[in-house]
Amino acid sequence: MEKINVSMKVNGKNENLSVEPRTLLVHALREHLEYTGAHIGCSSSHCGACTVDMNGKSVKSCTIFAPQAEGADILTVEGIGTPDKLHVIQEMFKEHHGLQCGYCTPGMIMRSYRFLQENPNPTEEEVRFGISGNLCRCTGYQNIVKSIMAAADKLREESNIEKKEIA
Amino acid sequence: MIPSAFSFYKPDNLQKAINLIADFGDEGRVIAGGHSLIPVMKQRLTDIKHLIDLSAINELKGIKIKGSSISIGAMTTQVELITNAELFKVAPVIREASLQIADPQVRNLGTIGGNVANGDPANDMPGLMQLLDATYTINGKNGVREIKAREFYEGAYFTAREDDEILVSISFNSPIGGYAYEKQKRKIGDYATAAAGVILSVDNGVCSSASIALTNLSDTPIYCSDAVSMLIGKQIDDSLLSEVTKSCVEQSDPVADQRGPVEFKKYVAGIVVNKALNRAFDRS
Repeated sequence: MEKINVSMKVNGKNENLSVEPRTLLVHALREHLEYTGAHIGCSSSHCGACTVDMNGKSVKSCTIFAPQAEGADILTVEGIGTPDKLHVIQEMFKEHHGLQCGYCTPGMIMRSYRFLQENPNPTEEEVRFGISGNLCRCTGYQNIVKSIMAAADKLREESNIEKKEIA
Repeated sequence: MIPSAFSFYKPDNLQKAINLIADFGDEGRVIAGGHSLIPVMKQRLTDIKHLIDLSAINELKGIKIKGSSISIGAMTTQVELITNAELFKVAPVIREASLQIADPQVRNLGTIGGNVANGDPANDMPGLMQLLDATYTINGKNGVREIKAREFYEGAYFTAREDDEILVSISFNSPIGGYAYEKQKRKIGDYATAAAGVILSVDNGVCSSASIALTNLSDTPIYCSDAVSMLIGKQIDDSLLSEVTKSCVEQSDPVADQRGPVEFKKYVAGIVVNKALNRAFDRS
């Protein structure tokens, strides 16, 4: 089977892959690079469990062929925090019980990560619209929305402190 | 779900893409955002041997506005249509409709060109282009040609574009008056059960120009010419708007599917048309 070389930056690291063109980005990340954070839920671009950041935008990595991501800058959930040093959004999901089974969580976290940069001071309704491409079958979304609202507050506080320190 | 194998090309200019598609014939396909094409490839409903990615072609990108004339490159994404402040000033109906397409992640990659060229009656942009009386520019090995959106759609997934042609841009004039795009769907990310777009300008209560179009209510998008002629030159009131709504519903021809039986879809069509007419009138 014909293979193609694809290079991309994943979580800050340059990666070179040799894959069949039909390889989906989510498979390239999970199986070739062992970043298993992006999950495969529906594999039909409905559920958002495979959401990653690509060139500063949230995308569903199940609906992108790996060669389409040539030269791209990709961020997965592994790239934003570690078990010892969670990202604020991850901390808030933990504190506010923003998950039950956890399957949708990496996608929710990655979408929230980008959404809170697009809109750092959202209303609850804007959060719900912002994560409307991510499905959760456990929580009924209440605690996910709470977690994201709490993360928004924390992130704004942090950025105000930074601004004061610079001033 | 994994599609059958194909070879991949990423030409960096339009001429190269045209040459590739001319060489491959019906074994080749161009890919824009891929959010309609990749799902059908995964389901193996299509057999593509050569996939030509248009994303590196700068000629296909961007929104150009000159006075009242607007031209949008085929590879412009839905999120670009939503966030472009200049476009919102001259054609706000585009943002209103685009925000109702799919979800944030899909809008980041989905393009206007893919949406209009695919010929899926459930897509919103073809209906919107009927509303705006847009013109598509199509390029192929036999040269460039233009075709009106209102003459482009022949049936579900059948359009006036030949296999060896690429839709390169969409142009239309800035619409005048009030506007609305009203879509009923089961959930975010779903296609329309029924959707309607209206553009309406009114002088002293009398309709001076109008356009009405429907989405997913037939195997092609519908421009409601009868309803438009009922409106023009008339004093606008509730009874005229219900007559106009009735005419639009009569022109619709939905099929029963998981979104409901024909009677239900016609009922919903009446609601979305009437809501869109009223909102456009309020904004006129």
